[in-house]
Amino acid sequence: MEFFIISMLNGLSYGLLLFMLSSGLTLIFSMMGVLNFAHASFYMIGAYFGYTLTSLIGFWPALFVAPVLVGGCGVIFERLSLRKVHKFGHVPELLVTFGLSYIVYELVQLIWGRTAVEFNPPELLKGSAFTLINNATTGLQLIWGAAPAAMCSAADATIRIVCSPFPATRAFMMFVALLMLLSLWLLLTKTRIGLVIQAALTHPETVEALGHNVPRVFMLVFGAGTGLAGLAGVIGGSTFVTEPAMAATVGSVIFVVVVVGGMGSLSGAFLASVLIGVIQTFAIAFDYSFVSVSKDLGFQLSSDLQNNSFLKLTVSQVAPILPYLFLVLILIFRPKGLLGTREG
Amino acid sequence: MKSYQFKPYNVGRWLIWSLFAIVLIFAPLIFTSNLSGTMLAQMGIAIIACLSYNILLGQGGMLSFGHAVYTGLGSFVAIHALNSITAGTSQIPVSLLPLVGGFAGIGFAILLGYVTTKKSGTPFAMITLGVAELVFAMSLMFSEFFGGEAGISGNRVAGPTVWGISYGPQIQIYYLIAIYTFFCVALMYAFTQTPLGRILNAVRDNPERVEFIGYNTQRVRYFAFIIAGFFAGISGGLGALNFEIVTSEVVGAGRSGGYLLFTFVGGATFFFGPIIGGILMVLAFVLLSELTKAWLLYLGLLFLFMVMYAPGGIASLIMMNLRVAAFGKLKQIWVSYLGMFVTAFVALIGAGAMIEMVYHLQLNSALGNNLKFMGIVLNAKGVDSWFGSAFVMLTGLGLFEAIRRHFLIEWGDIQIEIEKEIKRREAA
Amino acid sequence: MSYALELKDLRKNFGKTEIIRGVNLAVNAGERIAIIGPNGAGKSTLFNLISGRFGPSSGEIFLNGQRIENKAPYEINRMGLSRSFQITNIFPKLSVFENLRCAVLWSLGYKYTFLKFLSGLKDANDLAEKYMTMIRLDKKRDLLAMNLTYAEQRALEIGITIAGGSNVILLDEPTAGMSRSETSRFINLIKEVTMGKTLLTVEHDMGVVFGLADKIAVVVYGEVIAFDTPEAVRSNAKVQEAYLGTQSAEEHAGGH
Repeated sequence: MEFFIISMLNGLSYGLLLFMLSSGLTLIFSMMGVLNFAHASFYMIGAYFGYTLTSLIGFWPALFVAPVLVGGCGVIFERLSLRKVHKFGHVPELLVTFGLSYIVYELVQLIWGRTAVEFNPPELLKGSAFTLINNATTGLQLIWGAAPAAMCSAADATIRIVCSPFPATRAFMMFVALLMLLSLWLLLTKTRIGLVIQAALTHPETVEALGHNVPRVFMLVFGAGTGLAGLAGVIGGSTFVTEPAMAATVGSVIFVVVVVGGMGSLSGAFLASVLIGVIQTFAIAFDYSFVSVSKDLGFQLSSDLQNNSFLKLTVSQVAPILPYLFLVLILIFRPKGLLGTREG
Repeated sequence: MKSYQFKPYNVGRWLIWSLFAIVLIFAPLIFTSNLSGTMLAQMGIAIIACLSYNILLGQGGMLSFGHAVYTGLGSFVAIHALNSITAGTSQIPVSLLPLVGGFAGIGFAILLGYVTTKKSGTPFAMITLGVAELVFAMSLMFSEFFGGEAGISGNRVAGPTVWGISYGPQIQIYYLIAIYTFFCVALMYAFTQTPLGRILNAVRDNPERVEFIGYNTQRVRYFAFIIAGFFAGISGGLGALNFEIVTSEVVGAGRSGGYLLFTFVGGATFFFGPIIGGILMVLAFVLLSELTKAWLLYLGLLFLFMVMYAPGGIASLIMMNLRVAAFGKLKQIWVSYLGMFVTAFVALIGAGAMIEMVYHLQLNSALGNNLKFMGIVLNAKGVDSWFGSAFVMLTGLGLFEAIRRHFLIEWGDIQIEIEKEIKRREAA
Repeated sequence: MSYALELKDLRKNFGKTEIIRGVNLAVNAGERIAIIGPNGAGKSTLFNLISGRFGPSSGEIFLNGQRIENKAPYEINRMGLSRSFQITNIFPKLSVFENLRCAVLWSLGYKYTFLKFLSGLKDANDLAEKYMTMIRLDKKRDLLAMNLTYAEQRALEIGITIAGGSNVILLDEPTAGMSRSETSRFINLIKEVTMGKTLLTVEHDMGVVFGLADKIAVVVYGEVIAFDTPEAVRSNAKVQEAYLGTQSAEEHAGGH
């Protein structure tokens, strides 16, 4: 039971991280029609900036400064490069961001090296947010913080006690993601600039004719989107690992999220992120394969079948391809995406 | 939008194709070193791969991030077929193995292409990315077919030797590749002159209108995808024979990205652009990577600049300048070209020096602070080395920018003169 | 005898807004119909519904007696209907000749073949030449379509539309943006190339309308309020009311 809750929470936190990234991507795509191939690169830059800034000014200030710096990089890129290819169409825009992802990957390796760097969370977040203790006699209990050793092992070996801690970093990730979601929603629906953005989403020329500086709005949205990615990077980098390959691992998943959720739909991105995050987290935890399940159920399989590489695969081994399988299935059965309205 | 209008030159088709064949035949006799041998073989493979990619990109307007799936799967099927020849279970001649790869390419393109071509434009690109990741992830899971970490190896000296050709020596495999290259290039060129090829161009230009002249746009793209898959598979099959080992990186994102980058840099808007791209790809991977560790960074920067300033690639630059030369105006701007080239080179040296110093600090710091760069000793920790390099780079950049602006004005004037000349000739 | 084109109680909603509110229309083969109406009345939407760009919310469309609503554009085209666009929709990077040749390929049965060379397709090439001469662009044969003048592009647009040999032609504001002289030349061209075919054209220019059409359909707020000969429509009270009065219409007939 506690396994289920912890895994669920882990899956949710990973899904929310994916959403932090894919929301910026969706915003940029909806506004400008540009699918920012380098979005995960900004995530990576955020992590590395966070790492360097933490060693200079501490984690908490870095948490605020790093996203701003990353957003600044985004703004500079938009101004210098993206804007120039805007007139060539959407394919060159995608290509330009593709080129940027190459360059960022190499620059990061150039500056910080090819191996992972030790980006550790601050003291406050190092422990557990809470611990679920499943004591065979007393049932399920929740203790804030880490559980003392005494509670986790019983003197009597027949009583089964399982302590499942939930890391504070993950809890913090969820907290920041939800906060971000809330502020984004408030910004878009309740403020004037949000109104302009929503209008420019579908009718940029009209908005420009009304006197708003649409190129500047684009630049700001691009900066905001990449800044969000940078924020996700600081948190993700300190929770997971900060290395040059981190952009690639998460990059393709967020594109899947955006297509599965429906291109241009924020709520779709949210749904798809959470879905994929939860499913993948659960899948990694399961060590069952077709063969082992049939054994458990009492079926006798021939030795040929038992050695078949397909059937021998455990769910956890298949976990990495689940998002892509999802993508293919959605495209076959529901090409618009889960909540999509545009054809893209 | 610049308009590229050029008149086809009056050289007979036969002349160009014969020249191509002659180059293919005599290249290894001119460049005789071992390194050249392997590079020429790889160039043939790369040319077919990039041309097949351009069926999608340049002719069909379909940006694919996963072309390596089809070349790679073609390689895997071919190497398994090779091993079955060695084991005696198959009678296919080794020379026809690339065709086996080609048919594998068709098969996978039929299977995966149906879902992929359901969309166009940006969603299409994303789907190709997803499918490529799917296949790559699977390649790590199924080790019987993909060979796990070690990959699958084979021996191309297998089966009966025909006319004394065993494919052991590099030169023999080169000529096999050359034959396939010639025929594939010819076939792919022929494709551009067929109804399907032309409608594919129409789909690229205006997919909506194509529907209104009676064509199912998705079908057109699907068929083009399959044809591209065929030639991709042939390229993969040749690769399997050439290297005699296939690992999962042949279906990886790096390889797909490479096809995209070099086809684009070569020039997607002209038929021969990807040929240039394929040649550059081999030169970069084999030679440039030896020269400097930052070669991927330089490549990325080159790509970025090409997208921004020369989206038609090197081929379009050549054609534009040929047009200028045809009107006799090249002598007006060659000085600017020279200036830009020199200043860009200077800037590159400055930047290169700094990059090499950073790499040195990172990787070779145990060897001390000094490194040799183009014959000069630099102190990776010395302020003067850094200052000097930065100064060189900034000067180069500044001068380049100044000359470039001047060049743009000159270029604009020349274009206007050319337009006037064309109108004059039309009216005459 | 069935009509060439028939619309039965056609309706189309975009979200909550009803754009087409029950249109009934019956067009005989060989007739020339002009569709007029104030801006926003739904004329282009009507064309989009007929040609399959999107499907109606309800109602039926019959082409030569067969149902075509909700079919894909290429299916409808293959059944004998062709349309042009208000915003020029040609193949910019292909030459004039190539544009027209592409337009004839399907109707000649070449489909998706890659086993024949374009240069060897005598019937396609001859047909493309014929249409090129018809729309008077034979001198610009090898010019890239994006380098033509505006009027030439509109002519090419018409050319692509009729080259497929369809019997029912829809022209969406063919003379939009043209000068007086270009317009009158264009009208003669349209008359010539659509001889014997059924023609529906959306038009704002009254001079064009009265010179070209056998019947006029007046569309206001998504409904057809009149469908009759030009003289009858002119004196129709409802039309006068909806269209700011026929006096203004006559005055404007010279000055669009």
